[in-house]
Amino acid sequence: MDSLARSQRGEKLAQVVMWSSAALVSAVFLWMLSDLVTNGLGRVSWEFLTSSPSDSGRAGGIGPIVVSTLLIVSVAMVVAIPIGVGTAVYLAEFTSTESLLGRLVRRSLDVLAGVPSIVFGLFGSAFFCKTLGLGFSILSGGLTLACMVLPILIRSVEVGFREIPDHYRLSAAALGLSRTSTLLHLLLPAAAPGLAVGLVLGIGRAAAETAALIFTSGYVDRTPESVLDSGRALSVHIFDLSMNVPGGTPNAYAAALVLLGLLLLINGAASGLAHRWLGRNIATL
Amino acid sequence: MSSEHPTEGNEALFEAENLTLVYGDTPAFEGVSLSIPAGEITALVGPSGCGKTSFLMSLNRLSDLVPNCRVTGSLRLGGQDILSSEVDLIALRRRVGMIFQKPNAFPFSIRKNLTFPLQEHGVRDRDKLATLVEASLRDVGLWDEIKDRLDAPALSLSGGQQQRLCLARALALKPEVLLLDEPCSALDPLSSGVVEDLIVSLRGRYTIVIVTHNLAQARRVADQVAVFWVQGGAGRLIESGSVGQVFEDPQDELTRSYVTGQRG
Amino acid sequence: MSRFRVDEGLLWSLRGVAFLAGTIVVFVVAFVGWEASAALRSVGLSRFVTDPSWYPSEGLYSVLPMLVGTVLVTAGAVLTATPLGIMAAIFCNHYAPAFVARPYRRMIELMSGIPSVVYGFWGLVTLVPLIAQVEPPGTSLLAGIMILTVMILPTVTLFADSSIGRVSEEYTRGAAALGLTRWATVCHVVLPAARPGIVAGVFLATARAIGETMAVLMVCGNVVKTPGSLFDPVRTLTANIALEMAYAMGDHRSALFVTGLVLFLLIVALVWGAELAGEGRARG
Repeated sequence: MDSLARSQRGEKLAQVVMWSSAALVSAVFLWMLSDLVTNGLGRVSWEFLTSSPSDSGRAGGIGPIVVSTLLIVSVAMVVAIPIGVGTAVYLAEFTSTESLLGRLVRRSLDVLAGVPSIVFGLFGSAFFCKTLGLGFSILSGGLTLACMVLPILIRSVEVGFREIPDHYRLSAAALGLSRTSTLLHLLLPAAAPGLAVGLVLGIGRAAAETAALIFTSGYVDRTPESVLDSGRALSVHIFDLSMNVPGGTPNAYAAALVLLGLLLLINGAASGLAHRWLGRNIATL
Repeated sequence: MSSEHPTEGNEALFEAENLTLVYGDTPAFEGVSLSIPAGEITALVGPSGCGKTSFLMSLNRLSDLVPNCRVTGSLRLGGQDILSSEVDLIALRRRVGMIFQKPNAFPFSIRKNLTFPLQEHGVRDRDKLATLVEASLRDVGLWDEIKDRLDAPALSLSGGQQQRLCLARALALKPEVLLLDEPCSALDPLSSGVVEDLIVSLRGRYTIVIVTHNLAQARRVADQVAVFWVQGGAGRLIESGSVGQVFEDPQDELTRSYVTGQRG
Repeated sequence: MSRFRVDEGLLWSLRGVAFLAGTIVVFVVAFVGWEASAALRSVGLSRFVTDPSWYPSEGLYSVLPMLVGTVLVTAGAVLTATPLGIMAAIFCNHYAPAFVARPYRRMIELMSGIPSVVYGFWGLVTLVPLIAQVEPPGTSLLAGIMILTVMILPTVTLFADSSIGRVSEEYTRGAAALGLTRWATVCHVVLPAARPGIVAGVFLATARAIGETMAVLMVCGNVVKTPGSLFDPVRTLTANIALEMAYAMGDHRSALFVTGLVLFLLIVALVWGAELAGEGRARG
């Protein structure tokens, strides 16, 4: 009887610990969310999103910064999508798990996925800015981010292809269809969920990045005239306002809220799509 | 035991000699020698796991798609060696159509399921495509059922209708041979009967090879029967011949107990 | 026959693209290594740990204080986030009713997608002042640990969650049939079975913590000094790069690439560890 009572007490205790740890985590999340909303929402307006910053960003809005961010993310995705989709197609459809090239590519992508963003920053500044002579530019930043988002993009697209039932491939082959047209007309549309998840995740990853951009796309907060101009990403703007600009906190709150809202939207979409179509969660994809 | 059996009447279209297929180190079937006569229906029967489907997949080299799968021996189609690496697989598979156990219409419209392979094989003319779509759907008795909704998704059709659509899709390419891998086993009895009648109606126009678990079905539809059995860890051909001979007067003890329902 | 040539062409171009994607990591190592080589030659690897301190302008290159900073911040965060994360995962699978578990999971997933600069900013404007009330200046090892804990918690939780979720129901039902309490079942049946996946998640979370730059840069104070207490400011390897890259020249710049290379190697080792642990999952 005694041991039974003890184990029941233990069970009660475990229950209390579980619920309170879960409550703690939720509380931190809600605290952060509410803090950003209460302090940032008052300043976020159409005016704020479109006007230029003034007085080092203490006043004015984030118009040019939004433009630069969009450009950097677009460059990254335009470069990453063909390489990413091509690689995913190769890994999923044209190579067995034992093939040498396939194994090497997979292994190297796993490593690439772990490389810290600051190291990407170093690489970008050495390779794109210096060696290729692109300087501090949106192009340098976008290309650096393209390298960064490739692993997650490839992984999701590959999962998308692996979810396609094998009989599609068999019956296409039995009809004498070439692999090229099977791929273009049958498999690619069927892998659309994976493509969508990879795309959204890649955009999210790119939009969230800061460290890799500080010394590749730079700090200039004017509206860029071309992708060869330096441009300040939203995340860099938040960093700069909060660290280097005394009195920048109010506008940093507003910018952080904009970025947070954007990413909750993007990642919410990615995670919803991944659950519905691929049956997985995005962090362990 | 698998010595050559003289085929009555028709000339052999497929000739397999000492054909073996292995997945990695595991043989699926071994040393199969079999002639498949042109224009007739040949049924491959036997218990599951005896290599029937693998044999079928070697006839259009679909086995190439399976990793680590190797086929050795000799296999000729109309005298041409089709195991050679120089064979144009696309041409071969156009000549030898295949229907699978589960209906596998593509996630397109009904019409596109039929036109897409045709366009891939060079039929571009709209009128010609329309004619071929109608003709092949009529061939499988589907035209009257679905002519008003050709643009509906193929996956909205019932299982039996989808299987007939798959058959139409294969027939539209005007193959010489149809390989059928248990085409009725995933269907309800009613649709199964419709598809079976359809197969019988194709007799003479195509050379048909059908894998089936269902002995009664083999007896109803086939002209020739080949019995596979697992012996020594691999599938082997233990007897082949005309339906009458295999079912009425089997030469092999195993075949006798199998066709009389005592084993298998 | 020409269609064959199309197929061949496609295959070769896909191979080319895959090869390109596979060589990016080689490029990263090559360029970071190339930039690092100048300092490795003129300063030498040993002086990165034997020099008295880090004063690149005076030719002193000890990274020890930053290494200690990185290790302390990471260790603190991993030690806090691991039990919390595992508990959160157990909570989702064995304690929370479905209508709680589902939004809770979604919340954790959303947390994993919040940019590090937002975490850093929030830490700077809320946590740091709170800590400063206890002991100024507030920007400290403690602040870094707290922010990093929140940041890597989702990784630990989601990996643990998916591997606990895979432990078959039969196990838990069998344990329940033996009259074990839920907690005993979790401890003795579920957690051992889910261990490989959990360990892999912890490895990856550690890698993430070591590599994190912005959040620690914003809340840690960045003083190059080995900290004496939780309330002392620290500078991590990553923060050091971010702070000094902007103006570093010559050997100084090159030395920063050396620290980048060291970070890279650390992370590769951890990713490898995660993979080995994950293989255990596949086998077990």
